[in-house]
Amino acid sequence: MAKVLMKGNEALGEAAIRAGCRYFFGYPITPQNELPHYLAKRMPEVGGVFLQAESEVAAINMVYGAAGAGARVMTSSSGPGISLKVEGMTYIAGAELPCVIVNMQRGGPGLGSIQPAQSDYFQAVKGGGHGDYKLIVLAPATIQEMVDLMGKAFDLADEYRNPVMILGDGILGQMMEAVEFPEEEAPAKLPEKPWATTGAKGRKSNLINSLYLEAKALEDHNHHLQAKYNSMAKETLSESYKTEDAEIVLVGYGSSARIAKAAVDQARNLGIKAGLFRPITLFPFPKKELQEACKNAKNVLTVEMSMGQLVEDIRYNLEFKVPVHFYGRAGGMIPTTRAVLEEVKRLAEGGGKA
Amino acid sequence: MITVFERPKSMTTTRTHYCPGCTHGIIHRLVAEVIDELGVQEETIGVSPVGCSVLAYNYFDFDMHQAAHGRAPAVATGIKRVHPDKVVFTYQGDGDLASIGAAEIVHAAARSEKITTIFVNNAIYGMTGGQMAPTTLVGQESMTSPKGRDANTQGYPIRVAEMLATLEGASYVARVSVHNPQEVAKAKKAIKTAFEYQLAGKGFALVEVLSTCPTNWGYTPKEACKWLEENMIPYYPLGVKKTREEVQG
Repeated sequence: MAKVLMKGNEALGEAAIRAGCRYFFGYPITPQNELPHYLAKRMPEVGGVFLQAESEVAAINMVYGAAGAGARVMTSSSGPGISLKVEGMTYIAGAELPCVIVNMQRGGPGLGSIQPAQSDYFQAVKGGGHGDYKLIVLAPATIQEMVDLMGKAFDLADEYRNPVMILGDGILGQMMEAVEFPEEEAPAKLPEKPWATTGAKGRKSNLINSLYLEAKALEDHNHHLQAKYNSMAKETLSESYKTEDAEIVLVGYGSSARIAKAAVDQARNLGIKAGLFRPITLFPFPKKELQEACKNAKNVLTVEMSMGQLVEDIRYNLEFKVPVHFYGRAGGMIPTTRAVLEEVKRLAEGGGKA
Repeated sequence: MITVFERPKSMTTTRTHYCPGCTHGIIHRLVAEVIDELGVQEETIGVSPVGCSVLAYNYFDFDMHQAAHGRAPAVATGIKRVHPDKVVFTYQGDGDLASIGAAEIVHAAARSEKITTIFVNNAIYGMTGGQMAPTTLVGQESMTSPKGRDANTQGYPIRVAEMLATLEGASYVARVSVHNPQEVAKAKKAIKTAFEYQLAGKGFALVEVLSTCPTNWGYTPKEACKWLEENMIPYYPLGVKKTREEVQG
């Protein structure tokens, strides 16, 4: 199929359709509105359901119902809306249902701004709501990658019976790039869901539930969930760019990684051995790949659109063996390649503290 | 031998956890009998709430989905949109539906979502230990209105059936009670009508069922039925509040 020029939010909507998603429940919030706009037109064309809910809380609970009923279903939002969806997300994780949640991050805290940010990292990768649970978190850096990861998101959700978050930001949602779409997934290829609420015809009744009143039963359930989360380690995805001999490894995800990559190229032109490590799965985290990318690193620098969130996991995953520095902008301010390069030069000259 | 009374097929043999004299058991049975009579046990998906009836999924024998507090109408919306040919209903108490879930029930009704809601109003939070509900009567004592609900600071109870009946999307709204056998019979009729509306694709239907809570009201079961009749019914008048025919007007 030929490439088409498309806005990130709209491309994500089309990719969801191609992945066999036929149910979307959402609530307006900037900067993700073009996604529901697109699906409001597109879903009826493929016999799907687009429903604008009365709130993000209602939308995620509609997702909860639809996921329990066996559907490929998704919702999308941004920062403040994701916070409202967190209630439903912990139920969905507890009841072990598949669904996809898109977060086109904007600046926070509170109402924050509508400009791009990456300050929902902790919320995304640590679970976000009450209880011990994890989302699978995918962080694309281009619109093409966003499209490519959409099918993967639904497949992972089904395979692990777990909510999957696509963690984008306002840049990825709003910008346009040329993309190529995969062929549409055949409905027959979608997995069987014998546990779903479809009406108990010729079988025992099914129950979708996250309540375990007996303490031992709930502990057992938690052990089961943790074993599942641990088993996801084989799904890690990442990109290592010029890291083989890198003495300074920049680490970033999504939009920040693209800025960092440009800084790496400019640093190389100056004779600085710089490289980039870009986690694509933020949970499960590509720990081994990170350690491999940083094997020759004297310094690591995370580049983020936050006040420093990913940096904590990088320090932890490098087991505090390498100095890990942080450069970030917040509130909708975007790191510039020049500013990142200055940080790299400073580190190359022996400056900076961990 | 002629069988004159038996357990509805749509109920399991699990003993309920409800307190002695609580009318949840009667209302569960009415729902199960209606599902049986309509022959839709294998087509039905129920949504249980948070509150005393959170464990309803242990007592109904068809597919069930346990929802977060107040969110049952949203969960039911998701299920019904995926399976428009199935019978989807929510079973909710007054704290769940009229307080934390007020937005969800209003908008499910406004969308005329093709689901049925059984709304059990006992004017108190039962499961959490007898706190004031949005349907607690003025002057009624509870753990959080120990001197009786004070309208000046705690406002007035919500008449859910009348409120929802104002919505264009609400197709069938009725209020019934289960404090005596005659009213139980009427309650069953209303519940059956509400499910028939769904089967006919007529849109959102809700039956508010006045119910007793002897434990948290501090009465014997018999006294509780009398208290309901003398105190709740004057404020919450029984009857059909709206039908689809009126909607089409």
